Amino acid sequence: MPKKTYRQAINEALRQEMERDPRVVLMGEDVAGGYGAPGEDDAWGGPLGVTKGLMPIFGRDRVLDTPITEGAFIGAAAGAAATGLRPVAELMFVDFMGVCFDQIFNQAAKFRYMFGGKAVTPLVIRTMYGAGFRAASQHSQCLYPLFTHIPGLKVVLPSNAYEAKGLLIQAIRDDDPVVFFEHKAMYDEEADVPDEAYAIPFGEANVTREGDDVTVITMGRMVNYANQVADKLDKEGIGVTVVDLRTTSPLDRETVLETASETGRVVVVDEAHPRCGMAADIAALVGQECFGSLKAPVRMVTAPHSPVPFSPALEDIYVPGPDRIEAAVRATLDNAVARAAE
Amino acid sequence: MQLSREDLLKAFERMCLIREFEDAVHEEFSAGNIPGFVHLYAGEEASGVGVCMHLDDRDNIASTHRGHGHCIAKGVDVAGMMPEIFGKKTGLCGGKGGSMHIADLGKGMMGANGIVGGGPPLVCGAALTAKTLKTGGVAVAFVGDGASNQGTTLESFNLARVWNLPVIFVIEDNGYAESTASSWSVSGSQTERAKGFGMPATEVDGHDFFAVWEAAREAIERARAGEGPSLIHVRLKRYYGHFEGDAQTYKGANENEETRANKDCLMLFRRRVGEAGLLEGEELDAVERSAKQRVEQCLLQAKAADMPTEADLLTDVYVSY
Repeated sequence: MPKKTYRQAINEALRQEMERDPRVVLMGEDVAGGYGAPGEDDAWGGPLGVTKGLMPIFGRDRVLDTPITEGAFIGAAAGAAATGLRPVAELMFVDFMGVCFDQIFNQAAKFRYMFGGKAVTPLVIRTMYGAGFRAASQHSQCLYPLFTHIPGLKVVLPSNAYEAKGLLIQAIRDDDPVVFFEHKAMYDEEADVPDEAYAIPFGEANVTREGDDVTVITMGRMVNYANQVADKLDKEGIGVTVVDLRTTSPLDRETVLETASETGRVVVVDEAHPRCGMAADIAALVGQECFGSLKAPVRMVTAPHSPVPFSPALEDIYVPGPDRIEAAVRATLDNAVARAAE
Repeated sequence: MQLSREDLLKAFERMCLIREFEDAVHEEFSAGNIPGFVHLYAGEEASGVGVCMHLDDRDNIASTHRGHGHCIAKGVDVAGMMPEIFGKKTGLCGGKGGSMHIADLGKGMMGANGIVGGGPPLVCGAALTAKTLKTGGVAVAFVGDGASNQGTTLESFNLARVWNLPVIFVIEDNGYAESTASSWSVSGSQTERAKGFGMPATEVDGHDFFAVWEAAREAIERARAGEGPSLIHVRLKRYYGHFEGDAQTYKGANENEETRANKDCLMLFRRRVGEAGLLEGEELDAVERSAKQRVEQCLLQAKAADMPTEADLLTDVYVSY
C-alpha cells in the first residue's frame, strides 16, 4: 500500500470527492491563493499547502478563495449547505472560531432542530488545531471540546493519514455539519493510505492496541503518543489497550465502557485543557457507568489550564507527551499511589 | 414590466394577511396564549411584499427577529405558521422553532433569526448555491437597522461583491434597534455605505408598496442578470414594540397613531389603486375580509392542535447520529 502524508491524504480525499460530486466546493482564505496577485496562481493551497493543486483541476468556481472574513464565508458555507451545495470550508486555525462561531453553533448546528427536521446541512469545516508549532496562544489551541458540547455538530479528529482520508470522505458524504480537526504538527507524517476512496464511519472508535492491564482513551495526535507508550510497556509485560475515539461527537460509548471495564484502569489523554474537556467528559462517563469494575481512580493527562505559551522551553512542557502518559499508566497500576493521590 | 390586476390583488392579499396575522398574534400574546418572545411586523408589510412579489420558489430569503411578515410575503402558509407560534406539534417546525426561528426551506424562507446579523452570510451562501448550480435564483437578506451595524452584515456586503453574488440586501430601517434610535446608532448613511462597497443602492419610503416594488425590481433584475448585489434602504415604522410587551416609551408622543393615520401602507395602497382605477373598493374589501377569515380559521386550528410530546424532544438534532 502506498505511503502518503497526512497532507496528501486530505488533499486526495478532497480531490476524489470533488470528482465524484459536483456539489462539493471548497472555500477559505488562500485555499488556492495568489488570486488577483501579479505572481503565481494557486500560490499557496492553504497556508500549509494542503489544498494545493485542486484549483487548477476544478477551477475557481469550485475552489473559492475568500477575503479574510470568517464570519461571512463560514456563514455562507452554512447557507450554501442548507440550499443544495456540499461545501468544505477551511477555518484556517480553529482559534479563529471567535469571529465566526455564531454561524457555526447558532446557525448551522441548529437549522435541523429549529426547522423541525426539514433542513439538511451537509457542511464540513476543516480546521487546524494543536500546539507544537511555537505559534503561541492564538494559533495553537485544541478547541474541539467546545464544538463537542454543541448538539447538531459532529466533531472528528483523525490520528494519522489513513484515518484522515477515510474520515474526511465520510465527513463530506455526511448530511450533518461536521467540524474536522487537523493537527498542524502531523501534516508530514506518513501512513499506508489506499489510492481508492473509502469512508470510515463516525462514532466507531478504533482500538489501536490491546492489553489486559490499563486502557488509554484518547484522540487525534495523542493516539500516536499512547501507542508509543503501549509498545514500550508491552516489553515490560504491561498490557495497554489504546482507544482512538476518532470522533468526539458522536461518541462511541460502547467501546469506551467495554474497554474501561475490561482492564478496570483508565487513563484519558486529551491535548486540550482539563476543565470541561474531553478528558473530564470521558472520566465522568467511566466513573458513572463502570464504577464497579474500576480498580484505580481514572487518571487525566491534559494540557494545563493556561493559554499555550510561545517559548519553546515552555511549550515543550505544556503539551502532554509520552512521558506523562506513561507515568499516568504506571500510577493506575500502583493502587497505593492511586489511593494516596485521592 | 408592470403590475397586472392579479399581481395587485396578490400583493394586497399578502399585505392584508400579514396585518391580520400580526394583529391576531398581538391579541393572543396579550391574552397570555402565546409563549416566548414575539416581534411583530405590522406597519412594515409593503417592504416584505414589495420585494417578494418579484421572487419565486428558486429564490431564497433570510429574515430577522421580525420574521412573520417575510414568511407570508414569500408564500409560506399561515396554517403552518400559527401553530408554530403557539408551540404546537402541527406547526411548520413541529413547535421547535417558534416565532424567532420560523422557516420553510421548501418555500425559500431560510428562517427568522434570533441572532441580529445572522442572516446576511447565510444569504450569500444561498446565492452561491444558485450561482454554482445555475438555478437562476437570487437571495435576499432582510436586515434591520440594528443588524446593519453588525460585522457579519458588512462582511457580507464585501463577500457578495467579491464573489459577484446575486444578493439583495434590504435594510428595513424602522427607526429603532430595540429601543435605540437608528438616527443615533447608524453612522453615515446606508446607501453611502453600500456605495463604498461598490454596490448600487437606493433609499425608498417603505410605506409605499409601489416604491419598494420598483426598487426591488431593478435590484433583482440586476442580480438575475449576473450583475451582482444591491442594497435597498427601506425607511418605515413598526406599529408595535420591539417585542410584545414593550411599553414603547422611547417613541414620540402619538408616533404610532400618526403613522397609522398618515402613512399606513394598506391605506396608501388602496388610495393609489383607487385613484388609478386599477381595483375597485369592493374587491379590496373582499380581500380584507377573506384575510381576516383565514387568520381566524388558523387561530382556531392552532389553539385546538396538540402540543409536542416527550417523544419529540430528541428527534431532528441530526440526520443520522
